[in-house]
Amino acid sequence: MTTVHSDELASLEAGLDALEAHDEARAPRWRRALTTAWPPALAVGLALLFWELLYRSGVQPTYALPSPADVGIVLVDQLRSGTLAEAVSTSVTRGGLGFLVAVAIGTPLGLLVGRVRPVRRGIGPLLSGLQSLPSIAWVPAAIIFFGLGEAAIYAVVLLGAVPSIANGMVSGIDQVPPLFLRVGRVLGARGLASARFVLLPAVLPAYVAGLRQGWAFSWRSLMAAELIVSSPELGVGLGTLLDQGRLLNDMSLVFAGILGILVVGIAVELCLFAPVERRLLRRRGLLGSA
Amino acid sequence: MTMLDTSSEGTAHATPGIPAVRLSGVTKRFGDGPTVIDDVSLDVAEGEFVCLLGASGCGKSTLLNLVAGLDAPTAGKVEVAGGSAALMFQEAALLPWLTAAQNVELALRLRGVGRRERRVRSSELLDLVRLRDAGGKRVHELSGGMRQRVAMARALAQESGVLLMDEPFAALDAITRDVLHEELVRIRESQSLTVLFVTHNVREAVRLGDRVVLLSSRPGRIAKEYPVSFEQPRRIESPEVAALSVTITDDLRAEIRRHGGQS
Repeated sequence: MTTVHSDELASLEAGLDALEAHDEARAPRWRRALTTAWPPALAVGLALLFWELLYRSGVQPTYALPSPADVGIVLVDQLRSGTLAEAVSTSVTRGGLGFLVAVAIGTPLGLLVGRVRPVRRGIGPLLSGLQSLPSIAWVPAAIIFFGLGEAAIYAVVLLGAVPSIANGMVSGIDQVPPLFLRVGRVLGARGLASARFVLLPAVLPAYVAGLRQGWAFSWRSLMAAELIVSSPELGVGLGTLLDQGRLLNDMSLVFAGILGILVVGIAVELCLFAPVERRLLRRRGLLGSA
Repeated sequence: MTMLDTSSEGTAHATPGIPAVRLSGVTKRFGDGPTVIDDVSLDVAEGEFVCLLGASGCGKSTLLNLVAGLDAPTAGKVEVAGGSAALMFQEAALLPWLTAAQNVELALRLRGVGRRERRVRSSELLDLVRLRDAGGKRVHELSGGMRQRVAMARALAQESGVLLMDEPFAALDAITRDVLHEELVRIRESQSLTVLFVTHNVREAVRLGDRVVLLSSRPGRIAKEYPVSFEQPRRIESPEVAALSVTITDDLRAEIRRHGGQS
């Protein structure tokens, strides 16, 4: 009697589950790639077209506004001679290294500000204030303090990136639903166990967003620093290339430099941060499936 | 973890005769605020299913927090056999970065259960709540009812013998709730659980409980108790459940009316 009843309940439940659960169907990879690729491709095409038309209209002399083709030729030249590759590798190395150091400093700093109340009262406002300070403002100070060298460049990168990474952590900590922490306590997670199994995983998406922004800030700060901090002993970075273009009054070189900066920025974004963030959000069901 | 008063006569371990949960003169006030719970004394026998019923402001959830050890009483004593109790909330409160099985395993892990044992135990528990095949699913892929069943498996993983439930089915649709009532009664029997179940739904209380305790509001006090003598399986639609619900609802309304009067 009871088993019959229990079987009935089981099948009832199975029916409910089947009706209510929804599996996420995802389009094949090539299809998704195609649907996400064409709008930006079209936008770039239109921008190039607009540029060409502007060039042909003759609003500015050719030296001030080269055609897309002129810039393309310079770009190819720079690539062939290896100058661009060298500049990219110099800048990416500096940016990457600076970013890693910024992560190593910003992460514990964020944890400290997020979790320790006096620390938050003390330096929390300063930290968020620093985020709105353009890092180029640090360049003169860095040059006076460190002299014209790598140290000055790294100082500017760190001052730009550390606050946003730390702030990402802080806002992540603030957004952790109290319910999760309560559940952790009910399950017996105290102190370190609570941080490891509940707090840190809950903070992860905001932290990654902070890292993403931190990278953008290090890259930007680096360009500002490289533009100004240049000396023959320092290698040629993308920022240095821009400055050289200005000195030579070579607009095509300047454009090639800007494109280089842009491409690196977009590549890191698309290949590193975007996939990690998407994966994180999808696993938590925070990403609407198209 | 739970405040077992060491000055008291003995330990509160599960020995026959000693209740699974004992509240003696429990009073709770937050800071200088009003008294939320006033002198509540309640024994829940081992294996008993007690429903706490009351309107808003009766301190139901505060009371459960006290029993769960999340909060300490201002006065009085809370004793839980075995020292700790599992707690389920209105929201399933599953951790969204873990799969269903990992959520259950986390409870085991925090108790120091080894990896292999965790895997075996968590699949047994998911089996018990009939979610054998959903272990690998993420929280957002589960329906509300399935989430609460995972939460139940997770609570059972704490193996505390006492299950505290804070309006666990309030956010579910009526059909799912009905099925989960049946499920809870079945699991409680098979695991011989002691349950302290908070609700504001009179019929739900009568459908589930061996005893219904009516709390007054502001401050929360025990107003009245009703033994529910008819056998499980009950149905929420049955005339016995309805009849007792009418009586209790009338008393509950009388309690609420006291607050609307001139003050």
